[in-house]
This record gives sequence, C-alpha cells and structure tokens, in this order.
Amino acid sequence: MNAIEQAVERGRALIGAATTPAELQAAHSEAFGRRSALAAMTAALRDLGPEERRERGRELQEARAELTDLYTARAAELEQAAALDRARAERLDLTEQVWSMAGAGGPLARSLGAPVPAGHLHLVTQVRQEVEDIFIAMGFEVAEGPEVEDDWHNFEALNMPLHHPARGMFDTFYLRAGEPESVLLRTHTSPVQVRLMESRRPPIYAVAPGRCFRRDTPDATHLPVFHQLEALVVDEGISMSHLAGALDAFTDAFFGPGRRARLRPSFFPFTEPSAEFDVTCWVCGGAGCRTCAGSGWVELGGCGMVDPAVFSAVGVDPERYTGFAWGLGIDRLAAARTNLGDIRDLLDNDVRFLTQF
Amino acid sequence: MRAPLSWLREFTPVEGKPEEIARALSFLGLVVEGTEVIGAPLPGVVVARVLETRAHPAADRIQLVDVDLGDGEALQICCGAFNMKPGDLVPLATLGTVMPNGMEIARRKMRGEWSNGMLCSAPELELGEEGGEKGIYVLPTSAQPGSPVADVLGLGPDVVFDIEVGPNRSDCFSVAGVARDLAAALGLPFSLPEPPRSVDPLVARAEVSLAPGAEALCPRFTGTVLEGVQAAAVPALVRRRLSLAGMRPISPVVDVSNYVMLELGQPNHPYDLALLGGGGLVVRRARDGEELVTLDGVARRLSERDLVIADGTGAAVGVAGIMGGTSCEISASTTTVLLEVANFDPLAVAATGQRLGLHTEARTRFERGVDIELADRAVDRFAQLLGPGARRGVTTDVGRGLPARPPVRLRVGRVNQLLGTELSAEACRRLLGPLGFVARPDGPDAFSVTVPSWRPDCSREVDLVEEVARVHGYENIPRRMPPRPARATSLSPHQRARRRVRELLAGTGAHEAWTATFVSADELAACALDPGEALELENPLDQSQGLLRTSLLPGLARAARFNRERQAGAMALFELGSVFRRPEVGGTAREASGDRPVEGVDEREQLGVLAVGDGAGATWAVQAFEVLRRGLALSQARLAPAGPSTWPGAAAFHPGRVAAVMVGERAVGLVGEVAPDVAERYDLPGRAGLVLADLVPLLRAADGRREAAPVSRYPATDLDLAFEVGEEVSADELGRALSTAAGGLLTDVALFDVWRGAPLGPGRRSLAFRLRLRSAERTLTEADVAEVREAAQRAAHALGAALRQG
Repeated sequence: MNAIEQAVERGRALIGAATTPAELQAAHSEAFGRRSALAAMTAALRDLGPEERRERGRELQEARAELTDLYTARAAELEQAAALDRARAERLDLTEQVWSMAGAGGPLARSLGAPVPAGHLHLVTQVRQEVEDIFIAMGFEVAEGPEVEDDWHNFEALNMPLHHPARGMFDTFYLRAGEPESVLLRTHTSPVQVRLMESRRPPIYAVAPGRCFRRDTPDATHLPVFHQLEALVVDEGISMSHLAGALDAFTDAFFGPGRRARLRPSFFPFTEPSAEFDVTCWVCGGAGCRTCAGSGWVELGGCGMVDPAVFSAVGVDPERYTGFAWGLGIDRLAAARTNLGDIRDLLDNDVRFLTQF
Repeated sequence: MRAPLSWLREFTPVEGKPEEIARALSFLGLVVEGTEVIGAPLPGVVVARVLETRAHPAADRIQLVDVDLGDGEALQICCGAFNMKPGDLVPLATLGTVMPNGMEIARRKMRGEWSNGMLCSAPELELGEEGGEKGIYVLPTSAQPGSPVADVLGLGPDVVFDIEVGPNRSDCFSVAGVARDLAAALGLPFSLPEPPRSVDPLVARAEVSLAPGAEALCPRFTGTVLEGVQAAAVPALVRRRLSLAGMRPISPVVDVSNYVMLELGQPNHPYDLALLGGGGLVVRRARDGEELVTLDGVARRLSERDLVIADGTGAAVGVAGIMGGTSCEISASTTTVLLEVANFDPLAVAATGQRLGLHTEARTRFERGVDIELADRAVDRFAQLLGPGARRGVTTDVGRGLPARPPVRLRVGRVNQLLGTELSAEACRRLLGPLGFVARPDGPDAFSVTVPSWRPDCSREVDLVEEVARVHGYENIPRRMPPRPARATSLSPHQRARRRVRELLAGTGAHEAWTATFVSADELAACALDPGEALELENPLDQSQGLLRTSLLPGLARAARFNRERQAGAMALFELGSVFRRPEVGGTAREASGDRPVEGVDEREQLGVLAVGDGAGATWAVQAFEVLRRGLALSQARLAPAGPSTWPGAAAFHPGRVAAVMVGERAVGLVGEVAPDVAERYDLPGRAGLVLADLVPLLRAADGRREAAPVSRYPATDLDLAFEVGEEVSADELGRALSTAAGGLLTDVALFDVWRGAPLGPGRRSLAFRLRLRSAERTLTEADVAEVREAAQRAAHALGAALRQG
C-alpha cells in the first residue's frame, strides 16, 4: 500500500467513524486540511520531474475525489439521521388526542369547546347539490362515472367512431397510458349515460354531475376543468315533448317561476333530434340586457333524443325504448346565480371568495 | 360559413329584416353568430355616357371627354385614358366622391381646362384588374346613365350572415344549401338554376384515372380541360361576394374555383395543365415517407393511408381532398386548366387531415360528405363563370360511385312517438318535401322516403324525424312533464355520506376548495410525492400542468399559500375529489385498485383537509378526523400509530406526528402534521395539520343499521384509573385493552389526563382514563367496581403499564 492509498484508507475510516456533524467536520480537516497527508503530498509535487508530477498529481486528484464523495454521502446520512432524531424528539402519540376526545359530546364530557363559525361549502358544490335535489324530487337518481375515461365510453359508444369529425367539437386531453389516444379525460358527462345503460335495463331516470376536461385556454367564461350535469331518461313512451317539459320544470325550480327553456335545432352525434337549449335570461327576465346580448335568452347546454346508434351500442332496443339526454354547465349555473363575471374566480380558492356563499 | 343575403336570394326570394332571417336560420340549427349589414359600395360613382372626346388644347397626355349623366347635358371631364369612344358607358366619380384610396374628387382645372369629376378604371374602383390602371372601365350597354355603378354591377347593399354549421351538414357549407333550408322553413320556393353545358369538341379530353387501391377512397373523380382561360374575366359581383364570404379574390380561375365551392359546396381544384407532368392526373395512395410541398409552403410527410393526386409521371401534386401542391399552381401565365372535381371518402380525408394537422375549406366539406352527384353541375358552373372566352372540353369521369341509397321508411307513428306531436301523414310529407326528400306512401301511415344525394347525413328513420321537427319548429312541440319513474329514489348511501362529510368538515370551520386536477412534477416533489406514480398527459396545456394529481395535497397547499400571500390568517381548507395513479407503480396502489373502472388507471376519490396557522397541526387534524369518524359513525375505522410506508404519500407527513386511518387491518389514509420540509416549501407557518384518506373505503367503515338499546334506569359509577406507561405504548393500545377488560358494564371511556415529568422518569408518562360503568338491570355494588378495576389493572399490566395509586 503506497502513501496515497494509506491516506485514503485513513480518511475513509475517519469519515465513517464520525457520528455527529462536528466529528465529521473534524474528520474532514484531518483528511483534507493543511496538515493532512494529502496536502503534504500535494506540496511535494513540485519537487518531482514533469512526467512523474503528472502521474502523481492524477493519483492525488482521484484520492481527493473519492474522499469527497465519501464525505458528501456521510453528511447526507447524518442529516437524515438528524431529521429522524428531530422527528423522534418531536414525536407525539396522536392517539392520546383520540382518546381524550372520546369524552367530548358524550356523557363523560367535562366541558364544551368554543363553538366555531362553520366553514363554507364551495359555490359549485352548493349549486350541484341544489340541482341534484331538484331532480331527486322529480324521481331521478344521481349517477357518477370516472373522470379518466376510455375511448369507447367517451366517443365510440356515443356514435363517434375514430376520426369522426364531431370529435373535433371536443378538445380532448389524452393520457400517456395504453394505446395512443385510448385513455383520456372525459370531455363531457355523457359517458355516464353509456355506463348506466351498460349496467342495467331501462327504465332509467338519472342525472350525473361531474368534472369534465377540455383543452381550452382559460378565460372569463371557459375553464379547461369544469363541471357538467348530464341527464338521461330512458323508458317506454318518452318523447321530445317530455325533454322540453323536464327542462322547463328544472328552469322553473332553479331560476324561479315564469322562467322557461327554449330549444333550437343543433347537432350532436349521440342525440337525434338534437337541440341547444336556452333559458330565459336570469338578469333581465327576458326583456333583453347585456348578459343575454339583448336576446332575452342565455344558452345553457345541449340536449336531444338518445340516438338509436347509442342504444344499439349498449344493447337497448330502440323500438321499445326511447329517451332523452342533456348536458348543462354547473359552473355556468353558479355564475348565473351569483352574477359572477369571471368564472376563473371559482378556481382560486381565495377564502374571501369562498366565504361569500 | 359566411352567406351574403344577395347570394341566398339567387336561390330563394327571401325578404324581411336581417334579424328575422337570422332568427329563422338559427331555429333551423344554422346558428347565426353574427349579422353584418354592408352598405352599397362606390357611393357617388354613377354611369356616364360618352358624348364626345376632344383633344386638350394644352396637353397631349390627357384629353377632354364630354359625358352625359342622363339629363342630356354635357359635362366636361379631363381624362388620361384614351380607350373609350362616343356612346360608351363609363363610371364617373362625381364631385365630392371619396375614392376607395381616400382621395376626394373636386372640381379643378387641368392645364387650363375644367374637370367636373373623374372617369374611373376598374382598379381605381377596386373592381379587379380588368383593363389595368390606364383603361377606363367600360360598362355593359344596358346600364342607365346617371344610375349608381354599384347597381349596374349588381353590387347593392348586402347583409352577411355568419353561420355556424354543425359537423353533420355538409350541404350547408354552401350558399345554395343554406338557401334550401331557409326556403323550407319560410315556405318559399327554392330553385337551383341549371348552368348550360357547352362542350367544345376540339378541346382535348382530360387524362385522369384511379390507381389500384385508390377506388375505395375515391368514389368519383372527374377531369375537364379548359382552354383559353387567360381570356376569362369574372364579373365584379363574383369578386365582391368572395370578399363578403371571407375569401380574397386572387385571379379569375382561382376566384371561380372558390365561388363554385362556396355556392354549391363542391370543392374543386384547377391545375395548370402546362405544368402538369405527363399531362394528366392519377389518384393513388401515397408511399410511406413520400413528401409533398402543399400550397401553404409546408413539406408534408405522407403514408400509405393517405390518398394523393399525382401527375401523369406519378409525382404527387396534391393531398386528395385537402390541399394541392405548389408545382402546378395557377398563375398569370396559365392558359389551359385541368379542372379536378371529385369526391373522396369522408373518414379517409378526416384521418389524413388530422394526421397532417391541416384544416382547409376542402377538408371541412369532404370529411362531412359531399354530394356525389354534384360534380357535373360544379364543372358546368365553373365553365359558365369563366365566360365564353374559355373553351371547355369533354369531362372524363372515373370511379365506381357509391352504392345506391335505399329509400328510408318513415312511420308517422314513430314521428309522433319521438316528438310527442300529433302530426298527420300529409303534414310530414309537406314538411319534408321542400328539403328535397320525396315521400311516397308505403302502407298505412308510413312513407318510403328517397333521400336527396346532398344529404348523406340522413340514412335512418330517426334522421328524417329530426328533419320533420326542424321544419315544423322545435318551439311548436308541446311540452309535458316526463312520467314519474315507478320507483322512488334518493341519494345512494355513499352520496348521502359524502354530503355529510362536507357538512361535518364545514362544522369544524374548514372551507371547501376546488383545486386543479393538473399538477407539475415539481409540485408533486415539493409535497414529497413521487412524480413517477403520476399519470402523464399526452397534450397538456403547458408543462406546469403535465400530470394528474396523485393527491389533493398539492392543490390544497397551493391554495393555502395563495391565501397566506393575501394576508389570510389561520385557516383550514378541505376538498373531496378524484386522484389518479399508475396502477403498476407502488405496491399499495396495486393491492387496492381504484374505485373506478378504466384499465391502466387507478382513479379514486380522496378526502383532503389542510389546516394552517396557529392552532393547526397534528392535534387539529386528529380532532377534525374524529369529528368525521364520530359524526358518520365510522365504528370500523380508528386511528393507529403509522409506520413509514403505511399508505401512499406518507412522506408528506411528519414522521413522528402521523397516525394511520385503519379500517380493519387496512390503512385507508393518514392523519397528522405536514412534514417540515414540505411546509417550508409552501411557506406554511408553524405546524400544519393534514388529513388524506381514500373516501370510499373510509365511508364503508360506517355502522350499518343500528338497533335501539334501552337506556338504563340505574345510576352509573365512574372509575378513574391512572397508569404509568412508557412512550412505546400508545394511548390507543391501552385504551382498547382497558375497554375490553372492563367488559359489559362499561358504557363510556375517555382519557382525561396526560402527565409527563416528575416524578416520572424520561420516556414515561401517566395516562388517566375515566371508565363509566352501569348496568341495565341493577345498581352496581362495590364488588362489581372492584372486579372491573382488577381486570383493568391486569390488562394494563400486560402492556407494561402500572396503575398509579393515589
């Protein structure tokens, strides 16, 4: 073992033996410091011939590098151990709190805590629950589905085969999972229709609220992440006049008596006939104002009679059953209800905003 | 699609206010997004008859022209052009006229002679290049002197409707198609004039063919040679309408091509025949890796799935149905054109367009399906618009066409069943007729309906039902409440419990947040979460939103920081929302797949609570969790000391201040304090409390139905027991041991005092429990109490806890 190897060996032992930051610092000085063997050998380089100096210099360089690595690793180990020690020192038995609370509010209560003002539910939650309740009262159930969907449920079963131009209506976020463009964030709540009909036979009276995603740049009226409410009714004898009636009933319940829904022809691959629906402007009541651009109506969503192709995809007999469906924006309803100018406020979670509702 | 009213009126005599027409269109499903009222162009420019031309006494580059504006009086004009002769009708810019270039016409002297206005060339009036700058625009002889030039050229005031056409209506990507729908809705006649077909037998026949393998994607391909196109002059009206429709006039051939597409909906492509290698066209599939520079100057890489138009030598000159190439572009020197008017498979065009990221007018129409019978009319119209100067050859028509479309059976009962109407058979027939559907009776109350070739979107009975409804008017469908379902409904137990979770958490003073689903790898790392577990977006809005959240913590921490930066004080925020993980990463995630059913994704509903500021910290978090546990009667759930990797995301918690939410033997969440390094990265002050749990299994820990237990009439005895116990034994272990040992007489138990310090040694503490004992049948005796005390003492002893006497 030459002198360099001996110096490395000794440094390794010193660093390894250090158990505190102070000891490690001392080991560092001893291994690298001015009086260390390495320093002496480095100083002695100048007495050597050029050939030998280069060779020896390289060896010393490698030795230093090796010791530096050891030092850094050991410092990290000690830091981690110190963090664990601190954690251990700060350790709390949280179950003490559980068992202390066991008396609260029961026969063993010794004192009442101070009452606190209740927190606020998010505006979107409040509107969503209100809308759910309206439909529950009409006999609908509340269904749910996943936010990450497959191509089948979001597109194909909804009568949008691959490359269908209607897919261009939805700017879709795709995930890097499975086959390319096979897994996506649902662009609407309509895939819940498919899941409902796949899971059981009609009659189905359901609404499905949930988060949806479209690759839109956020602005005052659009968010890439938003909430929709899907409705699906499938039964014998359901017609478009029931669709219009149900929309009227909802509009009346949510916006107040005298407000109604209006249908205009439109196109969706999963409904036929398809319509856009507008509601009486909530600001002016139909007289015409800025919110409704003078028309007295505000567009709220899309709807229509379930397309027979969708029924076929899920194995429902379109001769026996007919149905209607719609999707409307819950965030839009929330904005309408509160006269909210910029829908992006919903996402900031500013406590000063949250506590207004 | 921008449709000028004057153009619509070529097909149907629609009258009325623009807003009424816009409303009628919107209620057909042709949503009018904007209505522009356009004034007549060229105010002040009128028709003048040339009476006499005279030499200018003092200049030879201008002459004097006497014109008559219809009143028989001669008006003297100085003019620099010499192309008119007496009797010609020419445009005169009268005094006060502001020219398109901004110059105002005034009476002035030129070399001593008065000029009372200006005679105009076509370019000066922005009516095209005809005649150039130097020639006065000579008007048709039918014009009435004194009348506005705009009227003579058919350039009256106009209204442009900007219509959003749905992806199903290829036919309404044309002015004629829009007019047809509008006429049907308003009960007006509609007619599509037949352009004349005059074929010059001397013009060569176009060489066009389909290569093997191309037929399926190209049901029809026609080629027509047109010679002498340099002589073509398109009317000012064509250029004006192109402008109103949003297309720039370029040259006669290109303008006509665009005009035919906008008017009829048939995309078409003129090639300069002189530049076309081999003198003809072949439709073939592209070769893998083949490159083509399209008209927009971009080199496009193609594959075998794409269809191209190639010249006679096989070199590609265009991407079929989408965009031509640069090699045979029409130019000023073009004399002979080979006109392609074809029909391509909609899905193939859509797929190629998507792959190339190319959106063009042609693609928009082809991918929705163009009328296969439209080609002949389009070629005729093209030739007609080029004018008599161009000579048109015989059209070569190849392709095997489309299979004949069988008539569609329409049952009147089905119409009324789907719409909730009471329309008669005759009413249905009358509503469909104007759209081009021919309904012949087919049994009682049913029709056999022939669908017009321009409606490829209508192939089923239900499509016809929509057409009936559209023309009938959705607003005329009666309204009824849907029948009530046979069974009453309510929220599901999970949905009800979820609402209760929100209410209970709000009761602790926490506010509900809605945080972003998208996070960055840095944000996850800042929360000590492994970005490798997260699902990645293929096409994020930006890289800071490239991953799906694996936990609610990043969003809540971000919201807390946002509020702290705005001087908010202590606060708690909560959220209920979906989190997502790769199922293949992380042992715990694999063992319990998500709540939801998409393969390759572990999506589950998470509950998150984050408390910051004074009084937050682990204790607050535990209290909030206990509020939930007891409020929801989650008797199967309890908090237990947590190991380092009990549940995904444990590193976000302070290792000494975390408890696991156990349901049976399974951890479904963690409660405790935010890890100091995480809190530091989000500038969260002091100690922050955190609850994260999988909501579905947590809520399953609820009691089912409870049976009522009678309330005892006998008095209770409280037994207070303090134990000295090492820190290694948790209060939970001791409490549970005592509860078990106390047996059937125990009704309640709580920890009421914790003491550390003298006289206890380090690592030791005193835990004092109160046990309430009561029997339903009798008053307890001292012996009963002593027995419980002894049993409790024994159980505690087994854990190394000694009863303190005192």
